[in-house]
Amino acid sequence: MPTITQTLDINVNNLSVTYSNAKLALYNASCTVEPGTITALVGPNGSGKSTLFKSIMGFLKPTQGQIKVGGLTVQKAQKKQLMAYVPQSDEVDWNFPVSVYDVVMMGRYGYMNLLRIPSSKDRRLVMESLERVDMTDFRHHQIGELSGGQKKRAFLARALAQEGKVILLDEPFTGVDVKTERRIIALLMQLRSEGHTILVSTHDLASISTFCDRTILLNKTILASGTTEETFTEENLSMTFDGLPMNIYQNSEVDS
Amino acid sequence: MSDTMIALPLIDWLIEPLQYPFLVQAIWVSAFVGLVCAVLSCYITLKGWSLMGDAVSHAVVPGVVVAYALNIPFAIGAFLFGFGATVAIGYIKSKTRLKEDAVIGVVFTGFFAFGLVLVTKIPSNIDLFHILFGNVLGISQEDIIQTLIAGITTLVVILIRRKDLLLFCFDPNHAKAIGLNTQLMFYTLLSVLALTIVTALQTAGIILVIAMLVTPGSTAYLLTDRFDHMLGISIATSVFSCVGGTYLSYHFDVSTGGAIVVLLTVLFMVAMVFAPKYGILAQNSYRHQPIVDGTQGKG
Repeated sequence: MPTITQTLDINVNNLSVTYSNAKLALYNASCTVEPGTITALVGPNGSGKSTLFKSIMGFLKPTQGQIKVGGLTVQKAQKKQLMAYVPQSDEVDWNFPVSVYDVVMMGRYGYMNLLRIPSSKDRRLVMESLERVDMTDFRHHQIGELSGGQKKRAFLARALAQEGKVILLDEPFTGVDVKTERRIIALLMQLRSEGHTILVSTHDLASISTFCDRTILLNKTILASGTTEETFTEENLSMTFDGLPMNIYQNSEVDS
Repeated sequence: MSDTMIALPLIDWLIEPLQYPFLVQAIWVSAFVGLVCAVLSCYITLKGWSLMGDAVSHAVVPGVVVAYALNIPFAIGAFLFGFGATVAIGYIKSKTRLKEDAVIGVVFTGFFAFGLVLVTKIPSNIDLFHILFGNVLGISQEDIIQTLIAGITTLVVILIRRKDLLLFCFDPNHAKAIGLNTQLMFYTLLSVLALTIVTALQTAGIILVIAMLVTPGSTAYLLTDRFDHMLGISIATSVFSCVGGTYLSYHFDVSTGGAIVVLLTVLFMVAMVFAPKYGILAQNSYRHQPIVDGTQGKG
């Protein structure tokens, strides 16, 4: 795979999101995801993690504020195939009649002509991406036939095939075993060394310090942002998970 | 010997109606309609737009009446009102706190009722019964031309945009993330839905059109895990039912639309029970195996 020469940052400036039922999901959020790092986005359920993610991906329109990716608007960055997204498992219709290969090929659509006929380069990159996540043998399987970890790897392969310089992963460790989690982390660290900027939203506080350079703590707004050592203090965490028992630090299963 | 004894009456049964030009015409028109509906059916079933299809089909009624009153092709009026109803549904949903099914229910019945009022007030030679239940055996040349134009347009649009439409049904977020215009895809799919309903209006009528848009895709979905196979099965069951239904309608003097949809439904039930992987029988024999599913947690 070609090494990436430029790295991109994500800049969120004074972002507020209000849903149509007048529920305030996020207010005055400002933060920067530094280029070429793995950054964790941490907060309890209902803290606006998904809202921030969806705003960065342009899936919803913020009430106020702006987001720039490498200095470009989200829409422009997406048109240039700079941003890849690995969805949460429960956002996917696993009964849909598509194979793993089809899904990974969808990562290449942005490079194809109107009819989306794959070139030999598209096919090669799809196979290489499948190879990287060790899913080559499963490429003809319908996506619903896969285990939780394999499902994650299939969608990770799609992000790789897209060659996005910024990769967002929404709860990538939910419903996967420890082995798969280690594997995904190893791959993310590899991608970082190739110059990708990676943002991971997660509940799994225990593993963050092992691979995330920076951490953003969120609860309706940005509470702390900086290197993981700086932000990952007991004080900051209790402020973020206000009212929740502190054993959450040890037990990643506490959610909902 | 016994084969020919059985085969002969069947061949007679198939050939005898072909001496009537109106029937030959009805057969190929309904086969064409079956093809168009079957193709779109796969997308509508996967997208979960069945109720939307039902809404559009009812909402075209005032359009048909107005078109006849103004002496313009019925397809234009039907398309505008069908499409207009979906825009109205989208607008009302975004501006109120109502859930989508309630909005759909309010809008399409409103359009339909308005159509009923118009048809009883505007003097015309429209037969309400034909709009509601179709009249392929008595279809006029003009209507055939309109059916063909609407149907071929639908097929061409889907052929060109088929991969994007499938992606849009499967994962609209990813479509957005790679810079595709999902708003445009939404309206493309709505437009071809409205066009397909216009295509099928003369054959099935607005009440049964939804069956032709949902049943073939549903039958195929139970039988395969691959989209191209799904498309093939959907087309096969739909065209078979349309042609078979027209024959049954002639031989037994029953409603054509009714016969077509009964055949479609019978095929669906066979698939539902006997499908090799997703049929009821197969599911029962798999039941002892736990369902492994790695989905949990919300964001």
